[in-house]
Amino acid sequence: MLWSLSWKNIWRNKLRSTVVIMAVMLGVFAGVFLIAFMNGMVEDRIQTVIKTEISHIQIHQPGFGENNDFSLFMPDADSLTQIIDKTNHVSSVSKRVVISSLVASAETNTGVKILGVVPEDEMKVTNLSTKIIEGSYFATDRKNVAVIGKKLAEKLKVTLNKKIIITAQDVNKNITGGAFRIVGIFETDNYMYDELTVFVRYHDLCVLTGLQGTEAHEIAVLLDDNAYSEPVKQKLGKDFARLDVQNWTELSPEAGYLVSAMDQYMIIFIIVILLALCFGIINTMLMVVLERVKELGMLMAVGMSKPMIFFMIMLETIYLSITGGMLGLVLGYLLSNHLGIVGVDLYFWKEAYASVGYSSLIFPKIGLQTIILIAIMVIITGIVSAIYPAFKALKLNPAEATRTD
Amino acid sequence: MNIIEIKGISKTYDKDTMPVQALNGIDLVFQDGEFASIVGPSGSGKTTLLNIIGGLDDPTEGNVLIDGINITSLSGHSKTAFRLKNIGFVFQSFNLIPVLTVRENIEFIMQLQGASKQGRLSRTDELIEAVGLVDKKNCRPNKLSGGQQQRVAVARALASKPKFILADEPTANLDSKSAENLLDIMEKLNKEENITFIFSTHDARVMKKARRIITIEDGKVIDDVIKDKIMPES
Ligand SMILES: Nc1ncnc2c1ncn2[C@@H]1O[C@H](COP(=O)(O)OP(=O)(O)O)[C@@H](O)[C@H]1O
Ligand SMILES: [Mg+2]
Repeated sequence: MLWSLSWKNIWRNKLRSTVVIMAVMLGVFAGVFLIAFMNGMVEDRIQTVIKTEISHIQIHQPGFGENNDFSLFMPDADSLTQIIDKTNHVSSVSKRVVISSLVASAETNTGVKILGVVPEDEMKVTNLSTKIIEGSYFATDRKNVAVIGKKLAEKLKVTLNKKIIITAQDVNKNITGGAFRIVGIFETDNYMYDELTVFVRYHDLCVLTGLQGTEAHEIAVLLDDNAYSEPVKQKLGKDFARLDVQNWTELSPEAGYLVSAMDQYMIIFIIVILLALCFGIINTMLMVVLERVKELGMLMAVGMSKPMIFFMIMLETIYLSITGGMLGLVLGYLLSNHLGIVGVDLYFWKEAYASVGYSSLIFPKIGLQTIILIAIMVIITGIVSAIYPAFKALKLNPAEATRTD
Repeated sequence: MNIIEIKGISKTYDKDTMPVQALNGIDLVFQDGEFASIVGPSGSGKTTLLNIIGGLDDPTEGNVLIDGINITSLSGHSKTAFRLKNIGFVFQSFNLIPVLTVRENIEFIMQLQGASKQGRLSRTDELIEAVGLVDKKNCRPNKLSGGQQQRVAVARALASKPKFILADEPTANLDSKSAENLLDIMEKLNKEENITFIFSTHDARVMKKARRIITIEDGKVIDDVIKDKIMPES
């Protein structure tokens, strides 16, 4: 009885209830959409980190990560990659020689990270080969060729087929150098990465620095699913106890942090929205109680108990918040899902986004779990905002029913 | 049989700030089946008296016994339950639930009492019939005239099969024709179904219909006339 009575009661003042429901709806909708949007950005960033920059797991000599010391290589990388390749959930493995060095063009020079890779293996581990905007990804038989980022090309003022000079230390700690012809230019969503990374052939770099051709500073491992990055890391860590086995959250702490920070931001964000709505709802419901003093008095007079009165006002409040909240959730979810397929292209901010490592084409994304969490928070908001007005209603006196002034 | 005994009732509003003595030592007894009216000028204490009889307000002094039960000493919760079971109310300003239809307004009281669906439906039909609103039974109160609304209120008051009905100036917001019509219905219910009515009024025509007229002034009973007994004498 109270369920339907309360529902009818909220439609007494259609305009006011509609306004409240709309406010809750818009608030929740905005919350859901913004979360989906931020989530999409973060997700995309993480995909870039994993697929383009880091892969799931990397193995180094302990201490190599600190300043890329050339002498900290793993001497027999090939036998390691063979073992890793046979591990469960490993989809592909690539060994790399990594040198922090200086590249110079005719115009200028700059510090970069040179990655000596076996293109056939590297293509399976990272998707950089798909980011080529000019030339190709080592599709040539020539020796001493390089693939560099667009930002670096701009900085060095070089173009395709121009040469750059790579200066490095060799195994004997002598300075050595070589000219490399640019055969490909790539562009990722991360301009920093594009400016700091140069790819050359593994073999060419070994020759330049005097390595045997079996060593590696870095072994990058791609798994068949991100979910395994922790267990496989643990497993490899045991297999190679003397080496440093790290997954992407350790290698790119800021990306790992993004994931956990996102969850916290999301909760704070929703709480702020719901808190604001909560005050609006309380205010409205206090007005409702005030307007119905006489009727509530009558209900008490004719024998409606205080718990029932309390429950009726609670229900009205909860109906208002939940109706608005659910509408907002559904709309937010539908829009996010739709845009999650077609994408939102913020091309006019492309430079700004890319300079901090984000794509300007965003695919909003929100999980059902998040939706359920927000739904629960909306319900709690409804209940919390209902308590005070319902309590006010209880304070009324049944004699109000007979007052005529 | 005495159904209501009022013993030494006084009521002072706003005891601390600006005291108003609304009732001053009232003693009254009502019998089962009475059709009594409380009359007196505005501010004489009619509403206050009815509120106290109905347990909507507490007297500052004195007791109200209904069927021997001292309702002044009941706790808030038991008082509400007591009202639901024993007392019907009709208010000056109708006070129907605006979002419910005529039927639903009447049925509501029985729902509060936890009556069965079957019982509710037949009783509602019966009452709608009794107050002559069969053709309006699915209308909401705002589609009814004042007189019709007050008839719904009477039906609602009867729905719980109370021991008596208290009506505070039930005709004050009605035109004279509707007022007369309402009184006729109340009189009929009183006679045919032996329902006790106690109503207040300051309308002389309404007063005339009552079989007992209690006059109060400044919170005191100054006259209490039972017509049935007077008539044979005069
Ligand atoms: N809630 C209240 N607070 C203070 N004074 C009141 C209140 N209700 C009634 N009174 C006062 O008590 C007196 C009796 O009022 P009331 O019982 O309403 O008279 P009536 O119904 O005969 O017009 C009046 O002087 C009125 O002003
Ligand atoms: Mg009055």
